[in-house]
Amino acid sequence: MAEKSYQAGVKEYRDKYWTPDYVPLDTDLLACFKVTGQPGVPNEEVAAAVAAESSTGTWSTVWSELLTDLEFYKGRAYRIEDVPGDPESFYTFVAYPIDLFEEGSVVNVLTSLVGNVFGFKALKHLRLEDIRFPIAYIKTCGGPPAGINVERDRLNKYGRPMLGATIKPKLGLSAKNYGRAVYECLRGGLDLTKDDENVNSQPFMRWRDRFEFVAEAIDKAERETGERKGHYLNVTASTPEEMYKRAEFAKEVGCPIIMHDFLTGGFTANTGLANWCRDNGMLLHIHRAMHAVIDRHPKHGIHFRVLAKCLRLSGGDHLHTGTVVGKLEGDRNSTLGFVDQLRESFVPEDRSRGVFFDQDWGSMPGVFAVASGGIHVWHMPALVTIFGDDSVLQFGGGTQGHPWGNAAGACANRVALEASVKARNEGRQIEKEARDILTEAARTSPELAIAMETWKEIVFEFETVDKLDVN
Amino acid sequence: MSLSDMGNYETRRTLETFGFLPKMDNNDIQAQVAYILANGWAPAIEHEHPSNSMDVYWTMWKLPFFGETDMGNVLAELEACHRAFPDHHVRLTGYDNYSQTQGSCFVVFEGRS
Repeated sequence: MAEKSYQAGVKEYRDKYWTPDYVPLDTDLLACFKVTGQPGVPNEEVAAAVAAESSTGTWSTVWSELLTDLEFYKGRAYRIEDVPGDPESFYTFVAYPIDLFEEGSVVNVLTSLVGNVFGFKALKHLRLEDIRFPIAYIKTCGGPPAGINVERDRLNKYGRPMLGATIKPKLGLSAKNYGRAVYECLRGGLDLTKDDENVNSQPFMRWRDRFEFVAEAIDKAERETGERKGHYLNVTASTPEEMYKRAEFAKEVGCPIIMHDFLTGGFTANTGLANWCRDNGMLLHIHRAMHAVIDRHPKHGIHFRVLAKCLRLSGGDHLHTGTVVGKLEGDRNSTLGFVDQLRESFVPEDRSRGVFFDQDWGSMPGVFAVASGGIHVWHMPALVTIFGDDSVLQFGGGTQGHPWGNAAGACANRVALEASVKARNEGRQIEKEARDILTEAARTSPELAIAMETWKEIVFEFETVDKLDVN
Repeated sequence: MSLSDMGNYETRRTLETFGFLPKMDNNDIQAQVAYILANGWAPAIEHEHPSNSMDVYWTMWKLPFFGETDMGNVLAELEACHRAFPDHHVRLTGYDNYSQTQGSCFVVFEGRS
C-alpha cells in the first residue's frame, strides 16, 4: 500500500537521518565519527549528512526510494557529543542495520563507512574513531588463521613475550648474506626474525632465493639451540596470484609463518591470504605500512583502533601496534586501548583509552601485538609491562647494532627479556626497578652489559601528535 | 671496538623460557611456583631425555596438580621427579584452563646429556 507520494527535490538530511530517540539494536553496526563541519551548518544536519552519505542517502530525493523501505535500511545519527578540549568538532554516533553489509567483508563495511562521505563538502574534517561490530557480524568473519594460543603451541613459547627482529639493512643484501643475518639472530636467542616490509622480490634478492636460504637458517638454528624458530617471509606482491605462489613455496620449505602488508596489499588480499593460511597451517604476521597516512591526523582519517579491529576480522596472527617508548608515534593509553581489541574476548567502553563502545569478540582468536621500531634493551622492562606476555617485541637495530654482532645482540635482548619476566613474576615493579633488574642480569651476561653501554643515552622524547581527547 | 675486545658468541642449547638466565636456586623456583599458584593455574611436571627435548609432548609426572595450593608439595614433586629421572630435563608448567594455554613453562632441572 503506497502511503507516500514522490516529491522531487532536495530535503534536509536531518529530517530523515537524525533520530535522537533511536535505541540501537544489538545487531546494529555502530560507528563514532569525530566531525568538524563547515561554519554555519547545524551539528544535527552535519551528523545526519554523515549517516546518510555513509548508508542509503544521496543529495537528492529519487523516485526509486519508494520501491523499498528505507526506514529499514537507513543509517541513523542517534547521538552527538562535544569533543573535550575541541570547540570546533563534535562526535556523532551512527547506527547501521546489519543488512547493509555483506557477511564476512570488512571491505564492504569500510567502503560504506569511509567512502564518499569523507570528501563531503559540508565537512571540513571527518575521522572514524571507532566501530562497534555486532557479534552477529563477527561470527561471519574468519579472523586470525591460528590465534595466540595455537601459535604458542606450534612454536612452544609460553609465559613470556616472543622476541624478534627485522633484518637489516632493510634493502640490498643478497639472499645468502641475508640468511646469514637471520641465522645469527636466531642462534643468539631470538624466536623470530622478519623481512622488512619493503623486501619483496627485488633485483638484488629474488624471493625464491631468500626463502631457501632463510629456511636453511631456521633449520640450523633450531637444531643447535633446541628451540623453535621462525622468520616472517614477506609474501606481499603485486598480484594475488604471485602472493599465493610465494605463500605456497614458504610452506614447501617448512617456514612456519609468512607476512603481509594489509593496507598497501589491501583487505581483499589480506582476507584471502588469511583463509589460505588457515587451510594450510601457516601463521600470518601483519605489517601496517601506510597506517600513519590514514590514522595520524587527530581530526581526519581513520583511527588505528578501527584498522586494528578490521584486521582482526580480516585475519592475522600478529599486528604491529607501535611501541609507546620507541622511535615511532604512540600514546600509551590509546595503544593499550587497541591492543585490547586485538587480544581480548570482550572490551568494555573506556573513554580514557579511546574506546567508544563495548565490543564483544565472542570466540574469535586473539592477535599478538607487535612492538617494533627504535627499541633497545633499556626499554625491555617497560615493554613487558605495557604489552604483557601476548606480544612480540622486535629489536632490529637493537639486536644487529650490538658491537659483537647479531647473535650477541639477540642474547642481550633475550637475557633482558627473561630477567624482566622473572622479576615481574616475583612481584617486582619492573618499570620502576628497570635499572636494577637489568644491571643485576648483566652481571652474568657480558652481551647484555655491552648492549646497555651502547644504547644508554638513546631516548625518543617527542610529544605525541595524535593525543586522546581529554580535558 | 678492537678485535681483541670483541667477544665470540657461542650458540647455547637453551630449552625456551628462562633458558638464558643463570640456574635458578630454590628461592627463585619457589617464587615462580608462587606466581603459578597466584594466577590460579594448575602446576604440572613433565620430564624427557635430552635427546628428545624437541618433541611436542614430554612424559607427564603423575597428573597436573589440580587444586594444589601448597608450594612445598609442588617443590617436593619436582625433586622427586628429578631423583627418579636424573638424566632427564624436568619442566614445570602452569596450565591455564580458562584460556587453554600454558601461562608458564620452564625447565627446572637439566638432564645430563
